[in-house]
This record gives sequence, C-alpha cells and structure tokens, in this order.
Amino acid sequence: MGFVQCGVSTGIAGFSALDPQGHWRGLDVDVCRAVAAAVLGDEAKVRFTPLTAAQRFTALQTGEIDLLSRVTTITFQRDVQLGIEFPAVNWYDGTGFIVRKALNVRSARDLNGATICVQPGTTNELDVADYFRTHALTFTPVVIERLEEATNAYFAGRCDAFSQDQSSLAAVRARAPNPDEHVVLPDLISKPPYGPGVMPADMRWTEIVRWSVYAMFNAEELGLSSTTIDRALASDDPNVQRFVGKAGGFGEMLGLDADWAFKIVKQVGNYEESFSRNLKPLGIERGYNRLWKDGGVVYVPALR
Amino acid sequence: MSPRDLSWNNPRTRAVVWQTAAVAIVAAAAALLTMQTTANLRLRGITSGFDYLDRAAGFEIARSPLSYSSRDTYRRALAVGLVNTLRVALLGTAIATALGLLIGIARLSRLRIVSALARGYIEVLRNTPLLLQLLFWYALLQALPSPRDALQLTSGTYLTDRGLFFPRPVWPGGWSTLALERPALAGFGFRGGASISPEFAALLIGLSTYTAAFIAEIVREGVLAVDRGQTEAALALGLSRARALQLVVLPQALRAIIPPTTSQFLNLLKNSSLAVAIGYPDLISITNTTLNQTGQAIEAIALVTMLYLAMGLAVSFGMNLYHRSVAPHVRPVRQS
Repeated sequence: MGFVQCGVSTGIAGFSALDPQGHWRGLDVDVCRAVAAAVLGDEAKVRFTPLTAAQRFTALQTGEIDLLSRVTTITFQRDVQLGIEFPAVNWYDGTGFIVRKALNVRSARDLNGATICVQPGTTNELDVADYFRTHALTFTPVVIERLEEATNAYFAGRCDAFSQDQSSLAAVRARAPNPDEHVVLPDLISKPPYGPGVMPADMRWTEIVRWSVYAMFNAEELGLSSTTIDRALASDDPNVQRFVGKAGGFGEMLGLDADWAFKIVKQVGNYEESFSRNLKPLGIERGYNRLWKDGGVVYVPALR
Repeated sequence: MSPRDLSWNNPRTRAVVWQTAAVAIVAAAAALLTMQTTANLRLRGITSGFDYLDRAAGFEIARSPLSYSSRDTYRRALAVGLVNTLRVALLGTAIATALGLLIGIARLSRLRIVSALARGYIEVLRNTPLLLQLLFWYALLQALPSPRDALQLTSGTYLTDRGLFFPRPVWPGGWSTLALERPALAGFGFRGGASISPEFAALLIGLSTYTAAFIAEIVREGVLAVDRGQTEAALALGLSRARALQLVVLPQALRAIIPPTTSQFLNLLKNSSLAVAIGYPDLISITNTTLNQTGQAIEAIALVTMLYLAMGLAVSFGMNLYHRSVAPHVRPVRQS
C-alpha cells in the first residue's frame, strides 16, 4: 500500500478533472485526498485511475481501486446487487437537460419526439427513459460512451438535447463552441445523490471513508477551515476538541491517529472550501448541498 | 488375431493415455477456475446467475428492428442487439464481397489508370485503422444538413444528419389498402416513414469498404494463381477476355479465394463491435450497458462470447460447404 488508489472520471469539470499542470482537481478528488490525509497523513498519497461510467463498478469490485469517487449515483441496485457500499453522500444532484436555445424548449415536457444524447450505463439513461414513459412522450436515444464524444455529437447537432447530471451540464455548456446558443433546462427529472463507493469486505475502511466525508461537513458546521484550524487547537469548545483529537479518542477507534480530522481540514479544507474552489468557478450553486442550518439537506452526525 | 496389446509400447495405448490426461487437466483447470470465481463472487456479495435476463431493462434503444421499449427484459434488449449485429454483418458482407470482387478485377486490368486507382484504394484502406475510418465516415455523415434544411432526394426521401428518411409501405385498413407512409417534418425531426440512421450507415460503409480492400487483394491473388495456360486456351477457343475471366478463370480461382475470404467475413463480424464507438446499438453495445446496469460481468461476457462463437462457426461452416462444392477433392494422379 502506501497510497490510496482512487477511481475517478475521465474528466468531469468540478468533480474530477486534470488541471493544466496535470494534477487532479475536483470535489470527488478532494474526498480521496481527505481519506489519504486521514489514513496516511498526507493528502498527496493518492493515485488516480480514470474510469468511464461503464468501467467503474468492475474496477471497484475486482479490487483494482480502493475507493470510487466518480459522481456515482447511489441506487438500490448498486448498493444491494452489485455489493457496493456507499458510506456517505457528498453531493445531491438531479438529472437535467441541455438544449439549443433556438429550439424554443421551455421545459423537459417540450422534448416530445426529440433525439437525446446519453451515455450508456448511467442512471441518466434510465431516468430519461422512465420520465418519457411516465409522461407518455417519445424520444430517440443516441448512446455514446465517452463524455467528450457524446457532447461533441450534441454540439454537432446529432441530437436535440444532452442529458446528464445537472451539475455537469454547466461545464458542458462552458465547453460549447458558442455557449450562448445553449441553455440548461431548469427541470430535474430525478434526484440522484452522489457518494463515494467502497467494497464492504473491510468494514473499517467503510467507516473511515464515511467519517472522512462527515469530517469535512462537520468542520464547516463548527466553523473550522484550513486557515483557522491551527488556532482551533487551543479552543475550549468540547466539540472542537473532539474534532481536532484533543479529546474523545475517536481517531484510535477508527485505527487512525488522533488528529486524523485535523489533518483533513488542514490539508484539504472543509466542505465549503472544497466547493468554492471546485464548483463555484463553474457557476454552480450549493442549492440542496448547503448545511441544514443554511437551508440545505446536509445533516451529518457529529463526532461524539 | 493377436490379443489387444495394452502395453506402453503400443502407440495407441500411449495416445489414449496422453489424451485422457490432457482432457483431465483441462477439465480440472476449468472446474478450479469456476469454483474459485463463484467463491469470490459470494465473498464480495455479488449476485450471479442469469436471472437478470428476466428483469426490465429500463433503457431505450433507438430505431430497434424488433418492437422494444424500456419495459422489456434484458433478454429482449440482447435480442435487439443481436439482430442489429446480424443486419450490419450480413449486409456488410454482401457489399464487401461485391465491391472486393470489382476492385480485385480492376486491379488486374491492363489499363494502367484503372489498376493504379484500385491499388490506391487497397493500400489506403488496408493500412489505416478501421476505427479511424469509422469515425471519418461518421463525421462525414454529420456534415449533412439538419432536418429543417434537409436535402430532398425525391418526393418523400430526405437526407439529413439524423439519417436517411424514406417512405415505407403500410396497410392501414387490411390487405387491399396499400399506401406509402411518407416522412414529414414535425417538431424535432421527421415523423413517419422508415429511416436509416447515420450510425448504421457509417458502420456499414466503413466495414464494407475496409473489408472490400482485403477481399480485392485476395481475389487478385486467387486469379493470378490460376495457370496462365487456362486463359490462353480460353482465348484460343475464341472467348473474349471478359468471358474467359467469367467462365474459366474465376470459377477456378474460387478455390484459392474462399478460405482467406472466410477469414475476412469473420473479421467483419468481429469488427462490427466497433459500433460502440459511434453509438450504434449492436450486441456489444447493449451488452456493455447491461453489464454496467446489472454488474453481472461474467454472465454478460460469457453470453456474448457464445453468441459470437455461434455466428462465427455458422459462417465458417457455410463457407466450408461452399468451398467443398467448388473444389472437389481430386486424387493426385500417380505417375506410372
């Protein structure tokens, strides 16, 4: 070992993509780095394996990767039938559409008879089929595996609309030759929660991943960020003391160092920081992903 | 009659022993592999078995040749994929053979220009990767106009980047009423009529032209393998060059042409799986989606392997029968 083998996408801006210097950046990438910081003490001890939607589960099931952090929707079938464990949700999203403005489409219902590009093996493909069947609409799918080629087919006019998780559509629009010609529809036809996936054979590993993700949320709730965490070491607040490892002994219970959560926040940041550097520049709003006290649905158990 | 000699000295005994041992080893390896795999699957909590075939697929398939909706089972989806593969493979084989024959003969022409053009075709298409060629044809077809500005070829036939749309015969009120259902522009595209998708067209053109290049070379070599004396004798009998080729040379050339051409047909069948790259829903493409949705990698791959094996063996068997009919076994003449 010595590093965490992390399965990511082949390039989804904001979640897992290579920056111009060749480093992996994104919300999902930060989850892997957080786990590495907690377990190995150094967030850089991660190796990334880019995977397409069709390859991701086999790679995890066969042990090729330790952790799958790749905008993967948590579904019953994946949890129960594929034998994959999803310790936590790190992003709430919805399946949406991007269409050409010239087509005068106001909502998803106007897409009756349209040709829609999707990627195979995604929940988007199933959601679109279900949505159209439920509303007695028809559509013609164009199924292309790689994201790059699928979006190119959409830009070339092969299909009228492209369906994907709405958070990624902003990035798709940004890549268009003429972004102003396209519009992301406001409708969300499904509510997929994303989360990292692991194989449940090692229960301890599942718990580590879960609490690493929760740690980033808890840090935000406690007001701890990468810049303020050093000062927090001197805090009298028992919640903060438990978080940084001065009390409670939680690190030891997970088989980690006492300051595992401290390392996560110091090296990777809290959830707000991760969101701000990865998704905010793309024009994505936190929406549901705000903490419960800010009006969102993120409500994670505290460290106690 | 001597008693059966079962000793080690008897070559037949040795043959039986070795063959039994070989079979036993292979069977043991297969059994071990299967046991280990099932144990691993159970350990990881991954379900196995072919029950998933009866579950609803949940995804749509564009322009399916069989009636299919997302409510149908995975088994039906696979059937659609199989039909799609067969469609493109059979049509592709027919076109590739005709085209290959034509170009092979053109290659043999005494007209320098014709021969050079044929040579150019063969060299270019044989030496570029098929995937590139498919992407090229697909990109070319994407350059066609959108449905709103469709190219109208004849009344009711439109060429667009969404496909070729043409009228199809329908019987709206029973046998006696035959009518033509024409495609009409409505909403996002054309409604009614029949169509050929750009994915299918690109795959068909790409596969046919590519395989034709190889078949052309095989035809040329087959024809050159026929004794020059045959052509000379045919010409001496008063046949024109073309008739000599058709009646005397080609039938004999077939003996040398058929075996390598069988290989090319099998290649075409296997190459059709590149459909995944351009979005044509063939067997591999559907299996890919099924595999990802259900996670049952082993069953899905095993199934698709069996299907390709069956199709390939059928092609080989048919071609071998044909080969035997044009090349009856001739006893070598003993020189006395």
